[in-house]
Amino acid sequence: MTNTQSKTPLLEVKHLKKYFNVKKSKLHAVDDVSASINEGTTLGVVGESGCGKSTLGRVILRLIEPTDGEIYFNGRNIRKAGKREMRELRKSMQIIFQDPYSSLNPRKSVYDLIATPLIVNKMFKNRKELEKRVISLMDMVGLEEGLYNTYPHELDGGRRQRICIARASALEPKFIVCDEPVSALDVSIQAQILNLLMDLQDEMGLTYMFITHDMSVVKHISDEIMVMYMGKCVEKAPSRELFKNPLHPYTKALFSAIPIPDISMRTKKFHVIRGEVTSPIDPEPGCRFAPRCEYCQEGCVGKEIELREVSPSHFVACPFVK
Amino acid sequence: MSIQNSKKQKSEAAIVYKKKQSPARETWRRLLKNKSSVISLVFLIIVVLLAIFADVLFDKSLITTQRVDIRIQPPSLEHWFGTDVYGRDIFTRMVYGSRVSLTIGIVTMALGMLIGGLLGACAAYFGGMLDSFIMRFTDMFMAIPETLLALCVVAAMGASASSLIFALTIAIIPGNCRLVRSAVLGVVDTEYVEAARACGMSDFRIIMTEILPNALSPIIVVSTQGVANIMLTASSLSYLGMGVQPPNPEWGAMIADAREYLRAAPYMCVLPGIVIVLTALAFNLLGDGLRDALDPRLKD
Repeated sequence: MTNTQSKTPLLEVKHLKKYFNVKKSKLHAVDDVSASINEGTTLGVVGESGCGKSTLGRVILRLIEPTDGEIYFNGRNIRKAGKREMRELRKSMQIIFQDPYSSLNPRKSVYDLIATPLIVNKMFKNRKELEKRVISLMDMVGLEEGLYNTYPHELDGGRRQRICIARASALEPKFIVCDEPVSALDVSIQAQILNLLMDLQDEMGLTYMFITHDMSVVKHISDEIMVMYMGKCVEKAPSRELFKNPLHPYTKALFSAIPIPDISMRTKKFHVIRGEVTSPIDPEPGCRFAPRCEYCQEGCVGKEIELREVSPSHFVACPFVK
Repeated sequence: MSIQNSKKQKSEAAIVYKKKQSPARETWRRLLKNKSSVISLVFLIIVVLLAIFADVLFDKSLITTQRVDIRIQPPSLEHWFGTDVYGRDIFTRMVYGSRVSLTIGIVTMALGMLIGGLLGACAAYFGGMLDSFIMRFTDMFMAIPETLLALCVVAAMGASASSLIFALTIAIIPGNCRLVRSAVLGVVDTEYVEAARACGMSDFRIIMTEILPNALSPIIVVSTQGVANIMLTASSLSYLGMGVQPPNPEWGAMIADAREYLRAAPYMCVLPGIVIVLTALAFNLLGDGLRDALDPRLKD
C-alpha cells in the first residue's frame, strides 16, 4: 500500500459491458461497470464466485473483447487500438492468474517461462543479456538461481506463483491485473506472495487491480475497494472507509461473513444472506441483489440503480442509503 | 555439526537443482534411456541405410532378372530370404522395395499430418465460422472410404508412386485434421495460452510454441501408427494394380504375389511379412518413446 496517491488515473473504465451469448439470450457477466485506478495504487475487486470479477479483469486487458464501453489506459482508448498498437500496449499491462498450476506451460522450464515475454517482444538482442535479465528477475521474486532449468511440476505452488509474478513483471509493466493470485495457495504462502506483490509495487511503482473473494486479503493490500454483485458494482470506497462504514446491504453481509477470532462473538447472531444468486442471464433491470435483500422495497426493481456518492469518494448503488 | 550439515542437505534436497541443458539434448538423453525405442531406432536406421545404399550393396538387375533354374528356393546363405516363383532374390527385392514403401509411408504421413494438423489447429484455435467451414469440409471427405478415394485419384492421375502419395495424403488429411483439432481444443482454453496472449505473442507463435507441444501425445502416436497403416494401404492399392507396377518391387505387392504359394512356400510370404511387422512395430515403439521423452513431466 503506497500513500503517495497521485491524482491522475492510470486506468479508467467507463460503462464497461460484457455480455456472453447463451442460447439466444445474454449472460450479463459485466454490466455497466465504471472505475478508475490512480497510478501506484491498488483497486481491490471483491465479490462471490461468478460475479464477473475475473471477466472484468480480462476485458480490461482485452483478452476478452468487451461488448460495450470504454477503457482508457494512460489517456488512450485501448478499445480502439489496432493489433500492432495493442501489442505495444500489452507490454505495460499484465496479468497474474489464480491457478499457478494451469497458468504455466508444463513443457517449458523456469528460464523459458520467464524469458518468453522478453523474447516475444524482442527486448534483448544479446543472449547473455537476456540470461542476465532472467536471473535478476528470478532473484527479484525470490527464486533460487538453481531452479533455472526446472519445470513447473517440480515446484510447489508458492514458487510457481513467483514464476508467474516474474513473468508478469518481466516487461516492466505499469499495470497488473491480479486475478485471485493467492486463492490457490496455503495461508502461510499467501502472506509471502502478498508481501512480494506489495514490495514490487513500492519498487516499480506498479498499479494493481486485485481481484479476490477473500476479504482479509483485500483489506491488506487495497487502497480502494470495489464490491461487485452479478456484474454490477454495488459499492466503491477507499479501503479504510469501506471496512469502517459498509453501506450496501450486500457489502454488510459480505463483511459479516469474515470470521472473527473472538470467543465472545460466539453467541452473537450471524448474519447470513438468504437465497441463492439469481441467474445472470437476461436479468430484470433494477438492483440485482433485490431478491435476496432484507431491505428490498418497491423502488428497488424496475429501473437500474445508479451509483451515488454518499460521502466523499464513497459510492453506493442502493436507494435507501442516506 | 554433523546434525546441522544433514539438516542443510535435507532442505536443499527438496529442490531439484539442475544444470542448464538444451531441450533437444535433454529429449535425446531421455530417449536413449528407453530400451525399446533405442532398439527400434537402430532397426529403422539399418532399414533406411540399406535402402539408401542398395545400389552399392546389391546388384540392381537381380530384382528383375528371371532365372527359372533357381525358382522357389527356401532361405539359404546365398539367398537369405529365398527366391520367388521367377527365381528372383527376395531379400534384394525387399531392400529395393523398402525404398518405395518407406517413402510412401513416411512422406504421406508427414504431408498429411502437416496439412491436416495445421487445418485442425486453426479450426480449434480460431473457432467460429472457420471451424465450421473446415470441419464440414473434412466431414465431406470422410464420407468417402479412404481406399476408394485413393483409388479414384490414382485412376485419374495414373499409377505411380507419386500419385499414390498424393492420393493417400488426401485420404488421411480429414482424419488427422479431426485428431489435431480435438487435441488442440483441450489446450486452447488453458490459462498459459491466455498468458501468452497477454504478453503479446502472435497467434501463429502461440499455436506453435504453447499449444502444439502440449497436444503432441496423440499426434505422435497416430503418426507413427499411421506410417505402418499407410504402407499397408499402399500395398493393397498395388495389389489392385493401382500402385507400383510389376516387376518393380513393393512390400505389399510382394506379399500379395506370394499369397498364392502360401502352402507350398510359406517363407515367400512370411519373411517379408515379418519385416513389415517389425518395421511397423519399430515405428510405434519409437513414437511411444519419443512421446515420453518429449514430456518433461515424465522425466526419469
